[in-house]
Amino acid sequence: MSMNSFTGNRALVIEEPLIFEQGEPQRSGVDLPQAPEIADRLGGLERQGAIGLPGLAEPECVRHYTRLSQKNFGIDTGFYPLGSCTMKHNPRLNEKAARLPGFSGVHPLQPASTVQGALEAISLLGRWLMDLTGMPAIAMSPAAGAHGELCGLMAIRAAHEDRGDARQIVLVPESAHGTNPATATLCGYQVVSIPANEKGRVDLAALKAKLDNKVAALMLTNPNTCGLFESEILEIASAVKAAGAYFYCDGANFNAIVGRVKVADLGIDAMHINLHKTFSTPHGGGGPGAGPVVLSERLKAYAPVPFVRTGENGLELVEHCLGDGEKSFGRMKGFHGQFGVMIRSLAYILSMGGNGLWQASSDAVLNANYLLARLSVELTPSFPDGPCMHEALFDDRFLKDTGVTTLDFAKAMIDEGFHPMTMYFPLVVHGALLMEPTETESKQTLDLYVDTLLSLARKAKAGGAADDFKAAPRMTPRRRLDETRAARSPVLRWKASE
Amino acid sequence: MRFLPLTDADRADMLKAIGAASVEDLFCDVPASARQKGPLPLPEGLSEMEVERRLSTMASRNLTPGDVPCFLGAGAYRHHIPAAIDQLLLRGEFLTAYTPYQPEVSQGTLQYLFEFQTQVAMITGMEVANASLYDGATASAEAALMAARVTKRDKILLSGGLHPHYREVTATQARFTHLKVEALAPDPFGIEDLMGRIDAQTACVIVQLPGFFGHLKDYSALAKTCEAQGALLVVAVTEPVALGLIKPPGAMGADIVIGDGASLGVGLNFGGPGLGLMAVREKYVRQMPGRLIGETVDADGKRGWVLTLSTREQHIRREKATSNICTNSGLCALAFSMHMTFLGEAGFTNLAKLNHARAVQLAERLGALKGVKVLAGSFFNEFAVQLPKPATPVVEAMAARRILAGVPVSRFYPSWPELENVMLIAATETVTDEDMDALIEGLQGVLS
Repeated sequence: MSMNSFTGNRALVIEEPLIFEQGEPQRSGVDLPQAPEIADRLGGLERQGAIGLPGLAEPECVRHYTRLSQKNFGIDTGFYPLGSCTMKHNPRLNEKAARLPGFSGVHPLQPASTVQGALEAISLLGRWLMDLTGMPAIAMSPAAGAHGELCGLMAIRAAHEDRGDARQIVLVPESAHGTNPATATLCGYQVVSIPANEKGRVDLAALKAKLDNKVAALMLTNPNTCGLFESEILEIASAVKAAGAYFYCDGANFNAIVGRVKVADLGIDAMHINLHKTFSTPHGGGGPGAGPVVLSERLKAYAPVPFVRTGENGLELVEHCLGDGEKSFGRMKGFHGQFGVMIRSLAYILSMGGNGLWQASSDAVLNANYLLARLSVELTPSFPDGPCMHEALFDDRFLKDTGVTTLDFAKAMIDEGFHPMTMYFPLVVHGALLMEPTETESKQTLDLYVDTLLSLARKAKAGGAADDFKAAPRMTPRRRLDETRAARSPVLRWKASE
Repeated sequence: MRFLPLTDADRADMLKAIGAASVEDLFCDVPASARQKGPLPLPEGLSEMEVERRLSTMASRNLTPGDVPCFLGAGAYRHHIPAAIDQLLLRGEFLTAYTPYQPEVSQGTLQYLFEFQTQVAMITGMEVANASLYDGATASAEAALMAARVTKRDKILLSGGLHPHYREVTATQARFTHLKVEALAPDPFGIEDLMGRIDAQTACVIVQLPGFFGHLKDYSALAKTCEAQGALLVVAVTEPVALGLIKPPGAMGADIVIGDGASLGVGLNFGGPGLGLMAVREKYVRQMPGRLIGETVDADGKRGWVLTLSTREQHIRREKATSNICTNSGLCALAFSMHMTFLGEAGFTNLAKLNHARAVQLAERLGALKGVKVLAGSFFNEFAVQLPKPATPVVEAMAARRILAGVPVSRFYPSWPELENVMLIAATETVTDEDMDALIEGLQGVLS
């Protein structure tokens, strides 16, 4: 980096070196009491030589992270219509609640008598998630959506094995998130893909043709990744059931239907719920999330440990596959699940109430349909024949012969102050642009976004603008990065120069 | 509702633009029989003040370790977190960002994850680390799967000194794949023989440092045996603060190091979220699960960072991916990395020394109690003790005196009567002389 910058540092966007390029070893941002003199009991295993960590004083640390934060786009920064990811506002009350010392400071292995409040929190959130879905059981420990998928499939496999009915295949629509087929493999299944029909839904005839006594389960995202409700879901469910298979629903898009659809009435056996999407907990740059799984009567007994139950002395944890947990498929997570995330969701549900949740899904769907309607003037909607749910899907036909790609279009949006939509997913349409506005955006924001996108589309279509699009973004802390170079000769850590 | 900006007038305008008569029309694809009938069985929404009151009451029903003497460990350790860390974590640009798929507007996240990867690699003594997994227990299962991919073998050998949750989660994962787990008996005395059990089918051996029962062992000889047999050595670390003072697994010859980083920056949170750590030898990096951040340059030739080697991952490789993980523990990785940065070399070393010194003092005082035996000769900040009576009622009686004395091992191993009197006890920098006095006095009362 140039040290005599005119001007590599642009006002608020200041170049910030790695921590390893700052400080010196004897400096520290933490003062500690002097350790008492003792004869060590390390058994000769003490470290030889320095680790090589840098030392920074507190003001240097604070400035480092503040500057890094200024190179990031978050929901707090601006509109973040990343399809399938549900970037809704993260209420700060959630954060305050999770930081109550009686929650944040509690150790997972205290005697049950000393953590009745914590067990009540897990139990109450579980109760409400069951009420919202109409499902009779819930596993609270899965750490994220993909982990919830694994939980559901493990319960399904355990149920089949319990009947001596070993099955090998899981059916996954081609529009599914990549986690679905990856999860099926991780659970020892072979994946068979199901095509979509011209309406963006599962091809029912093709599904039926693949259903036989080797099929353990169907994994179906509903509303699906095209932002559409699977209108033949009842027929799908009964066909799956008739084949002796289980119906796993990927609940990543549950936020579209909370309070409007009873999952239990769809014939579903298991569904994970991403607390970090539907229930407003922060995405945190990629986690942590939580993925509790609601289960049907048929799968209830196989739920993982631990779970909370009411005992003689109040609430208690069942931590082993004994007694009530006899048929449980086992443990899939350390301790008791993503407790801190659960508290945030609990604060959200308490804030919203039943009516608020109903209004949230209504507004989410309304906002998405508003984008769909207004943007269809210049962009090409993939499925224009009916309403969408919580997200609107476009493909790249509107960019045909312009020399501008979906990627270029997305990068140009960044310079206009918007985070891009999800690009090139789902794979069932060409050059996908998947936009999810969520319910926490105002009409003013949506109008500004729409007007900007329409202008960009017109500019692309007018011709001669391809180079301009390909040069975007220009206003960001970094311009387009060389991903090929990163993968060809990976540099995955800092190293001291010789 | 304070989170919803649309007004009724907005909604009416928008429906008009859409060409729908009502929001109900937008749900026309939902079968009539599956629509919610009647109001939701949930209470009315509450104001901020009311929610705070309700949750504060709930939280107050817990006994908080910060308020009482606390000696609990067993995979979750109470440490002091510098005040600045939480304030920085709450910056919206960190908190409310998603996975850095658009690197031009995610350099903050990408740079701190690159720094995190470097710190984890440094303290474990390994070549490279990933950008986090869920927690230590799931990292153990991922390590077993990874070792099976690398070696093309299927036997997983689990030490009796490995955390029982790591053992159970690995066994659960194995049950649903081709892996075969051989779990040795719990090993409170640190005397098990692993080397004799490694054979030509062994994909990996998973051990822990410091061990679940506290023991510090040099796994260098075990690493050599693994290498000779073509198996991988996986070393789990549930207390990363130990790495400020002890020989790192990388220097012992570990192939994969896994663990939980929640000790640094994250806090207890009743055990979740944790922070799954994984560091490996560079030659295995393409078999590694989870996200990786790599250095590159932008169109102007400036240094920057991107997600890289994504062809291992589910969103590209689908059923052929190395793992199904998508969301990981990003913000916890930031908390960990901040805490490491604030500490620095000197602070990290001093913190580890202080933890060890506290534990040594505690072991000496406990060893002087009648009928109490410290089971580990060497240890870091935690060790197992044998009590003269069953540990569970002792811990309950101590809790009644508002002292969180330790973790009964039978909570993990209820079917092992020989472990009934064994308790794990930890002392971190947060333990004061007064806390130790209270513990000793309490135990004298409860054990007499």
